Amino acid sequence: MNEALIRSLTPGVLGVLVRRGADFAAAEDAVQEALIEAVRVWPADPSPSSSSRGGPMRDPKGWLVTVAWRKFLDATRSDAARRLREDRVDQEPAPGPAPAVDDTLQLYFLCAHPSLTPSSAVALTLRAVGGLTTRQIAEAYLVPEATMAQRISRAKRTVSDVRFDQPGDVATVLRVLYLVFNEGYSGDVDLSSEAIRLTRQLAAQIDHPEVAGLLALMLLHHARRATRTAPDGSLVPLAEQDRGRWDTASIAEGVVILQAALARDRLGEFQAQAAIAALHADAPTVEETDWVQILEWYDELVRLTDSPVVRLNRAVAVGEADGPRAGLAALAELDDASPTSSGKGHPMPRRTAVAAYLHERDGDLATAARLYAEAAHQAPNLAERDYLTRQAARLNTRRRG
Amino acid sequence: MAKYLLLKHYRSAPAPVNNVPMDQWTPEEISAHVQYMNDFAARLEKTGEFVDGQALAPEGSWVRYDGEGRPPVTDGPFAETKDLIAGWMVIDVDSHERAVELAGELSAAPGKDGKPIHEWLEVRPFLAAKPSTTECTFK
Repeated sequence: MNEALIRSLTPGVLGVLVRRGADFAAAEDAVQEALIEAVRVWPADPSPSSSSRGGPMRDPKGWLVTVAWRKFLDATRSDAARRLREDRVDQEPAPGPAPAVDDTLQLYFLCAHPSLTPSSAVALTLRAVGGLTTRQIAEAYLVPEATMAQRISRAKRTVSDVRFDQPGDVATVLRVLYLVFNEGYSGDVDLSSEAIRLTRQLAAQIDHPEVAGLLALMLLHHARRATRTAPDGSLVPLAEQDRGRWDTASIAEGVVILQAALARDRLGEFQAQAAIAALHADAPTVEETDWVQILEWYDELVRLTDSPVVRLNRAVAVGEADGPRAGLAALAELDDASPTSSGKGHPMPRRTAVAAYLHERDGDLATAARLYAEAAHQAPNLAERDYLTRQAARLNTRRRG
Repeated sequence: MAKYLLLKHYRSAPAPVNNVPMDQWTPEEISAHVQYMNDFAARLEKTGEFVDGQALAPEGSWVRYDGEGRPPVTDGPFAETKDLIAGWMVIDVDSHERAVELAGELSAAPGKDGKPIHEWLEVRPFLAAKPSTTECTFK
């Protein structure tokens, strides 16, 4: 019994049951029971030669589908509503060999259904498509197992009436996968690696340039991961990272995937973000970064999304391509466009940090130091707060010295 | 998917609307108050939003390093003007709005005469342990 094999088969088996008319929660229960059965009867050595003729190892997925379907029927028969469900099952065409690809794809759409909150969609995706256990997901999100179990069962109930034959919204699926990637906790389960694995699987099943764009983006970010923090946990900004330690295989793979996607001429925000990440990854030194081209991609991104976060990043690129004064002017435009980016309401994360950086480059150390200290108060996590506090301290020391 | 700390204060928070000290409630009123909070936690566990919750004793001390080879300085058992935290609950929710909504519900716990005490709760977001990767140009 091999855990990786089980994990790769589970979503397909679940998909077959749901497409045959089982509701999601009942199908999941039936698949779990089939897995328990598999643990009991499958041989320890999964190679086909070790099993007897016609044993489960000849067609593990077919075996699991058969057992899970039988478990589902058993459960359904004892259910009060059995007549209704059996009628529905009866009307289904006789189960034959199923194209597994479409089933798993449908499962992605179901788990990212718009009726779910983002955290429920993430949990359900990791459970049903990723095949992770509830305990693994709970540990990855640092919440109690009981809490995660309830979150997942609520999510299952929420989608139990959703029809399984509609194509879903790819953009929603991609957003969920990107959420998983950005959690990035490591431990028993590294969510960034898990997100890459799932996005890879999705890309193999669906021909969509934005799926490729997201996969490329994840690979390019992931390639830099080891250099983004120092051994003491402190943040190392892009400009100071040791480029020799970037994962060149991952970068090369990301670039190839991205180029194939861009050649399709159906640009989307993930492809544009990946293009920016690729230009950073491509520069042998920070001085050789092609900021002019990066700025062009940010202009594309603004056209595609026009989010304040994108405009903020664009201001950084303007500062590098055209000088800090131009960057500060771009920042000022951002304030006019978005009333919440300064002053009232929630400050936009990192807006103050960017202003501090541009003022320092412009030689106004006093303003820069004050803004770094202010930015530290708004930082969304400890590593950034420490980093920004050190920047303020560095400038204050320099001004005194 | 952000964690928030809901803090109950013994003092230093603005006075609740139904401001009767607990020692003047009936035992039934106290039980109802505690039951409300337990039910609240149980309900959040069902929605998948509960992380942790504990009550703290009112006695606490300030402690400070006082130099090599010397015992740490404490202010003794006399808590006078400093803030005291009565207890906390950690929740894991989708948005700040949801955290505020839940804190509002918790603040409606019944007090004297079974009426909501309208106590002030502090809502503090956790700083995530690791920076996320959503931007290209800094990290």
